[in-house]
Amino acid sequence: MDALDVTLRIGAVLLAFLTLPLLVGQAEHKVMAHMQGRLGPMHAGGFHGWAQLVADGVKFVQKEDTVPAGADRRIFQLAPAVALIPYLVVLIAIPLGPGGMVGQVIDAGVFFVLAVLGIGVLGQLMGGWASANKYSMLGGMRTAAQLMAYELPLILAAASVVMAAGTLSLPGILDAFAWWWVPWQLIGAFVFFTAGIAELHRPPFDAPIAPEEIIFGAFTEYSGLRFALFLLAEYAGIVVVSALTAVLFLGGWHGPFPDQLGWFWMLLKTGVLCFLVIWARVAWPRLRVDQIQKFAWTVLVPLALAQIALTGVVKVVIS
Amino acid sequence: MSPTSPAFATATLADAAGREFLSPSGVEIVFVLVGVVVLGAAVLCVTSRQLVHAALYLVVALGGLAVQYLLLTAEFIAWVQVLIYLGSVVVLLLFGLMLTRAPIGRSPDADSRNRPVALVVALAAAVTLVTLVVDAFRTTWIELDVPHGRSDALGESLFRYWVLPFEALSVLLLAALVGAIVISRTGRADSSAPSAGRSKDAEGER
Repeated sequence: MDALDVTLRIGAVLLAFLTLPLLVGQAEHKVMAHMQGRLGPMHAGGFHGWAQLVADGVKFVQKEDTVPAGADRRIFQLAPAVALIPYLVVLIAIPLGPGGMVGQVIDAGVFFVLAVLGIGVLGQLMGGWASANKYSMLGGMRTAAQLMAYELPLILAAASVVMAAGTLSLPGILDAFAWWWVPWQLIGAFVFFTAGIAELHRPPFDAPIAPEEIIFGAFTEYSGLRFALFLLAEYAGIVVVSALTAVLFLGGWHGPFPDQLGWFWMLLKTGVLCFLVIWARVAWPRLRVDQIQKFAWTVLVPLALAQIALTGVVKVVIS
Repeated sequence: MSPTSPAFATATLADAAGREFLSPSGVEIVFVLVGVVVLGAAVLCVTSRQLVHAALYLVVALGGLAVQYLLLTAEFIAWVQVLIYLGSVVVLLLFGLMLTRAPIGRSPDADSRNRPVALVVALAAAVTLVTLVVDAFRTTWIELDVPHGRSDALGESLFRYWVLPFEALSVLLLAALVGAIVISRTGRADSSAPSAGRSKDAEGER
């Protein structure tokens, strides 16, 4: 692997990181609008408001970057970076196509991805605590409680796929994939995707940010670019969770003509899952905090354990 | 990095004869630098008067340890370290701090006046561990060109050579889990009034 190759791969990952979350954000504007009988942004950029998020970004940059007087300055200012950077790092390990179309093959890729994703939540905890604001504190506490509840089913569901494939490497899992894995791992896919949405605090699991109740939780005191970075982290998270679900449970680049069109199938599956995430926001009301906890411990964890048992039984029978 | 199986040990631990200790490689320099960062973060963690800062210094120290594992090519252990310690233990710790008391700024009661005792215990532990590691490995040399910590090799040794300790540990953890549930349940069965009184007493003792 020479310097040019490394530069190209890092550049591609950075490009994906900078464009895909914005695409998802714009799609959310338009999809939500049409589902609610509106048009959504129509003016910025001319054609169906395609440049709305660019305009939003310019607006955020111009705004004053305030820090509350009682806040812990350094931690308050560091928090958005801690929340955003893990998602950039995770993208390195997600394979786009067959034959080395991946930023870096990591031997324990599944563990790497799940481990780094967990760090992003630290950023929200830091922001929630350092703001010196009771709503932010409540948001931070709800974030922490939600992470601890949903980390377990997330890892168990991923472990089921790892058992099926016999490897922890994400490209390795895709190499071992066969079409009948989709029905075989269907419960795991549901658990993983749901727990992923919950870790991102997307509706209906958005009690930690709940704008009408605790005023955006950990982000209450943030303004300008730092607030935009937190929002960007959320959309990057949607891309990462959708891409991971596509890789682990839907076969990633598998499809007709994988050698030529592998990247297209991967992006298509990711896009469809992103659409589901947006749809969930329009379709369901917000769950209460206790309902969120109950759902994790009494529904998702038993389902994940059942999936692991099923995977083990099938694996022993066919081997 | 300890040898994980007899066969593994003889294959990878070569004698250090002919090794230069005075011309370190890049990896060794980085290893020492990261070690200094970990040590500094650990000292700051126990001396900081700000509770949440202490927890965040702990994040730096534990993350630095993960980097050390990576430098020793123990990739799997490194990611597990990040997943368990950074992703779960520290979050749990911060959650506990936020639930109880985590004021911004200094906590005057963060010092338990046990500093001399803690220092003695820390030094004793450090001396014991350093003596143990130095005596156990002496001049054996681990080649880092081939990765040692690959998950398949680790799984092989864990579930073949070390399966009995592994199972014993899982039973121990299960017992601890059941014990924790039992303790939390008995507290609730006494009805709420005594437990409320107890917490008031605890407040008074502070």
